[in-house]
Amino acid sequence: MPLIELDHVVTIFGNDPEGALARVRAGADKKALLAETNHVLGLDDITLSIEAGEIFVVMGLSGSGKSTLVRHINRLIDSTAGAVRIDGTDIMALSKKELIALRRRRIAMVFQRFGLLPHRRVLENAAYGLEIRGLPRAEREARAQEWLERVGLKGYEDRYPGELSGGMQQRVGLARALAADTDIILMDEAFSALDPLIRSELQDELVALQRATGKTIVFITHDLDEALRLADRIAILKDGRLVQVGTPTDILLSPADPYVEAFVRDVNRARALTVDSLMQPPALRLSEESIGEALAAMRRTKSDVAYVVDDGRFAGVVTKEGLERAAVTQGTGEAVAAVAEAHPAVTADTAIESAIPTLLESPHPLPVVTEDGELAGIVRPESVSEVLVSERTQADLVETATAGQEVGRRADIDSAA
Amino acid sequence: MNIFPDIRGPIAAATNDLVDFLVVDYGDAFEAFSNVLLQALLFIERGLRALPPWAMILIIAAVALAASRKPLMAVGAAAGLWFIGALGMWDQAMQTLAIILVSVCFCILVGLPLGVLAASSRMFRRGLIPVLDLMQTIPSFVYLIPAAMLFGLGKVPAILATVIYALPPLIRLTDLGIREVDGEVVEASRAFGATRAQILTGVQIPLSLPTIMQGINQTTMLALSMVVIASMIGARGVGETVLLGLQRNDSGTGLVGGITIVILAVVIDRITQAYGRRLQRHRSAEA
Repeated sequence: MPLIELDHVVTIFGNDPEGALARVRAGADKKALLAETNHVLGLDDITLSIEAGEIFVVMGLSGSGKSTLVRHINRLIDSTAGAVRIDGTDIMALSKKELIALRRRRIAMVFQRFGLLPHRRVLENAAYGLEIRGLPRAEREARAQEWLERVGLKGYEDRYPGELSGGMQQRVGLARALAADTDIILMDEAFSALDPLIRSELQDELVALQRATGKTIVFITHDLDEALRLADRIAILKDGRLVQVGTPTDILLSPADPYVEAFVRDVNRARALTVDSLMQPPALRLSEESIGEALAAMRRTKSDVAYVVDDGRFAGVVTKEGLERAAVTQGTGEAVAAVAEAHPAVTADTAIESAIPTLLESPHPLPVVTEDGELAGIVRPESVSEVLVSERTQADLVETATAGQEVGRRADIDSAA
Repeated sequence: MNIFPDIRGPIAAATNDLVDFLVVDYGDAFEAFSNVLLQALLFIERGLRALPPWAMILIIAAVALAASRKPLMAVGAAAGLWFIGALGMWDQAMQTLAIILVSVCFCILVGLPLGVLAASSRMFRRGLIPVLDLMQTIPSFVYLIPAAMLFGLGKVPAILATVIYALPPLIRLTDLGIREVDGEVVEASRAFGATRAQILTGVQIPLSLPTIMQGINQTTMLALSMVVIASMIGARGVGETVLLGLQRNDSGTGLVGGITIVILAVVIDRITQAYGRRLQRHRSAEA
């Protein structure tokens, strides 16, 4: 069972949301609803599920409904129709008391402009969630202290939020959410108000903290690079409608429609994609064969290079010429593993960007290994360009190229005349 | 041709009937309420007048120092009070101070909850604003007449008149202060599971305190400006001195009373403002 489920959620803002619902059911979109009834369609039939322990990123431009969506999970906003379930319980049916208990125990939140209490010290701010729950001062402040240290704010406990930089204030916000000891954290554009450098620092820390704590994080952003960096899965929202849900690689490599395509066009793919999206099966893989058998296999498959696996682990490469030489000097009975040459390799989760130097220097297609050292596949240099350039950009390139030739031809004609 | 129907007679008659009815049928209730207020006032007044002047001067100086953290302010406040004593107005000033204190406490007791209600309900605010406008514009003599009939002459109707006149700014500024609290902070509080009471006492009131303090300052100043009128229905104090000067065509006495009121006003104003400014320190996000 997924941890969080949105089931056909429709949310309409205005005087008579129930009345406007019929029009939405009949197919009116955001623009039409606003023009006809002066109601704003916040969410339009959203169905999605979020698994425990994942970083789920909701992405969209401003006005797409992403902040509205996240506020349904802790019911800061109530939906007009549909169900929101946490652990299978429909939270729309909760009493006031149960809802407050849910917010205290299960769901913490981090805000774009931090939402800190300016008149309280950093330590008291970090302890706020626990204070609301009624924990005694000593205990809540000890726990808050621990989290402040983990987000790098040791020594700032007695400052006021106004005395800290934006990045540090957001660390307080993060510590407050973590200290609340909930299994879900909602983050609404949490890093959008920060400098790019601080932002990427916090992104890395967030991923590390999530891996360490196993918390489920729902992260809202308008920044695709941020989404790709953080997400296990991404949902893309437009005008309150869900356009696509998938892993970062899915989104980049198979955008569902032109809207998503336009979104992903300017992404630095080399940084966003990992090597496994380029991986192909190795042409020839050898393990226990002798040199003679290996040579025979290479001739049969017409390959010049083979990848040697010894005891389950990648051991190196052999070339046809190398093997022929070894057959003369050491005989054909020797195990192939003994003559394998060491060869650089990358792991499957390496970003393409960081694999490129190795790839360029590698004399043969680059082997990709798992964390345990098993051979997972190979990467050919030519496949890099195919993935890095989106289809649309490729089309553009062809067009410009033809246009260029056209101009060139005309210039020739002109000069001939 | 007369285009005006006569409504003056009926309105005046109905009002008089209402006051008569209240006096006759609910006189005891009014008296009981009046007694509570009177006891509170007498208690404070006795305390203030029992203190030797040097002790009072020290206390005010200490309060000024605590509120402003500026020694010069404390010295100024002490000098002001000493000057009042030198004018021979010490006793009257303490009587006035007692009325002001009771009135302002009463205003806070009534005004703060009304301001909070106004901030949370638009309907309530819409209904309240014309009433506040009325309270500030209707001449005080209009309600002094029935007040004197209901509560008798003396201090209690004086306090009530003062409260009616001085209350509106406190309600308005409480309402404004709470509505101006950063929405994201309130939302954060809700998101962490705060109840309405926790949001109000932990976020909304503390964050609007500088604005509420401004309201208290305004209310105090308006209360001071009512002392002369209050003395017309029998409240003792500095107002009485001014009234006496007026009645006897004695400009000198009038001026002495006037100066005393001004000094009291300046001292109270500076102390409450300095406190309000200090509250401001960490409450705005930019501070």
